[in-house]
Amino acid sequence: MKVLVGVKRVVDANVKVRVKGDGTGVETANVKMSMNPFDEIGVEEAIRLKERGVASEVVAVSAGAAACQETLRTALAMGADRGVLIETEAELQPLAVAKLLKAVVEREGPGLVILGKQAIDDDCNQTGQMLAALLGWPQGTFASKLAFEGERLSVTREVDGGLETVSLRLPAVVTTDLRLNEPRYASLPNIMKAKKKPLETLTPAQLGVDVAPRLTTLRVVEPPPRQAGVRVSSVAELVDKLRNEAKVI
Amino acid sequence: MGSAILVVAEHDNATLKPATLNAVAAAGAIGGAVAVLVAGANCRGVAEAAAKVAGVGKVLLADAPVYEHRLAENLAPLVARLAAGYSHVVAAATSAGKNLLPRVAALLDVAQVSEVVAVEGPDTFVRPIYAGNALATVRSGDPIKVVTVRATGFEPAPAEGGAAPIEAVEATADSGLSRFVGQELSRSERPELTSARVVVSGGRGMQSGENFKLLEAVADRLGAAVGASRAAVDSGFVPNDYQVGQTGKIVAPELYIAVGISGAIQHLAGMKDSKVIVAINKDEDAPIMQVADYALVADLFQAVPELARELDKA
Repeated sequence: MKVLVGVKRVVDANVKVRVKGDGTGVETANVKMSMNPFDEIGVEEAIRLKERGVASEVVAVSAGAAACQETLRTALAMGADRGVLIETEAELQPLAVAKLLKAVVEREGPGLVILGKQAIDDDCNQTGQMLAALLGWPQGTFASKLAFEGERLSVTREVDGGLETVSLRLPAVVTTDLRLNEPRYASLPNIMKAKKKPLETLTPAQLGVDVAPRLTTLRVVEPPPRQAGVRVSSVAELVDKLRNEAKVI
Repeated sequence: MGSAILVVAEHDNATLKPATLNAVAAAGAIGGAVAVLVAGANCRGVAEAAAKVAGVGKVLLADAPVYEHRLAENLAPLVARLAAGYSHVVAAATSAGKNLLPRVAALLDVAQVSEVVAVEGPDTFVRPIYAGNALATVRSGDPIKVVTVRATGFEPAPAEGGAAPIEAVEATADSGLSRFVGQELSRSERPELTSARVVVSGGRGMQSGENFKLLEAVADRLGAAVGASRAAVDSGFVPNDYQVGQTGKIVAPELYIAVGISGAIQHLAGMKDSKVIVAINKDEDAPIMQVADYALVADLFQAVPELARELDKA
C-alpha cells in the first residue's frame, strides 16, 4: 500500500510572529521556516508503517513556493521515498490544497493519505476533511492511534470528552493529533541521502486545479494586550484579592 | 437581504451541548432567521431543548440510526443537502464541529471560516491565526458561508425563552465508509472545561498525576473544572481531554488558576482570554507570570494546600 503524506512549510513553532506594520499579514521574510509539526507526525507515522511492512512506499507532497522543496527534503531525510511539489506563488487556501491533493491522489493511487490536523500558521483544521469529502473517502481526524485490520483501518481519535474509535473502509484520509507518535530527527547520512531522492515538480495548471482564494483577508492585527498584573506575597493575600478586588470567588 | 442560518447542534442524543448556545449566539450576530439542525438517533429530547433556545426560529430534526454517532461521512451529505436553502452553516468549533464542517464545505465547494471569534458582517469574520498571536479579518465571497465558532467569543444564547416548531427532515443513506467502534469518555462530576466559570490547571511542575489531587481539592471548593498544560498531558499525568492550549481546548473562564505551568505560547493561546488569571509558580521569570493578573511566587506543594484551606475560611 502506498501512503501519501502532506507537508506544509510554516513559520517555525518557536518563532514569535510579528504582525506587519501595514496590517496585511504576518512577517515571514527572514524568519525561520520549518515543517508544520503535525505534518512531521504524519511523516513519522507513514515511515513507521513502511518499517512495519504495512506501507510499500511513502510519497510526500507539498504545495506552495519553490522553497517548499526544503520541507520535502526534510520529509525525505526522515525516510519518505520521494517528493512531489506543486509549485505556485499563489496564496493557497485549504479548499484549493484539498483539490490539489485530490489530483495527486488520482495520479498516485495511495491506500492512505496522512495529513496534519491543522497547520500552525492559519490554524484552519480543514484540509484533511475536505480532501476526504472530495474523494468520497472516510476520514479519521485527530488521530492518536492507527491499527490496520484487513481492509479496514481502526482510528482512535482525540475528541473533547476523551477518546473515540472509528473503523474506516480503506482507502482513507487520516489527520494526526499530537500523541500519535514522536517524530524522529533526520540523521546526517539520511539528510545527505535525501538530496538524491526523486522530487517531482508540478503546477496547479498541470493538475487542472483552480486555486483562486475564496476568502479575502481584509486586515491582520495584534490581539489586544493584557493589562500588567501584580505580584501577591502570600496565599492569604491572593484569596483576599480574588474575593474583594477581582470579585471572582 | 436577510440571512438564513443553519446551526448544527452538538449533542449526545440525550442532551444539547452548551457550545450550541454559543453557536446560536454567533448566528444571532450574523443576523437573520436561525434554524437548528438536530441530527441523531432517538434525539427528540434534544430537539425539544433546541426549540426552547432564545433566537431559534425552527428546529430541523433528522432522527435516524445512521446519525447515532454523528459520523461525518453520514452527517455531511445531510447538512450539505439542507444547506442549499441557507446563506450560512454554523457549528461550534468543538472536536465534532471541526470534524464535520470542512467536509460539508468541500461538498458545497465553498471555503470554511474556522474558529470565528467575532462577526463584523454577514460575510466578514474575525478569527485568530498563529495560535492567537494575530487576529485576521476575512471576507468570504462564497454563496454559502460555512463557519465554525469559538465558544469563548460569544456569550451563550439563553437556553430558555424560545418556542420554535420542530420539523422532521428525511435522513440520508448510510455511506458505508465508516463505523463507530467505541469511546472512552472521561467521567467527571466537575463542570466541562470549556464552559466552567473557574478552571484550575496544572503543568509539568505538578510532577505526577497523583499530585493533581491537590488541584482537585481547590477545584472542589470553587466548583471549578481541572485542566492541564500540554507538558502535563504528554508526561502522562492526566488524559488528553484535560489539555488547554492552541491544539487542545480553548477556555475563557472568569477565573483561570495556572499551577506549575511555565506558560508556553501554545498554552497561553488556549487561556489568555480568561477574565482573571492567577499563576502560582516557583519561577518568577516564567512567561505565565507576565500574563497573570495575580502572580504568586511559591512552591506549589505548599501554596496549593494552603489555598484550599484559605478558601474554607468564610
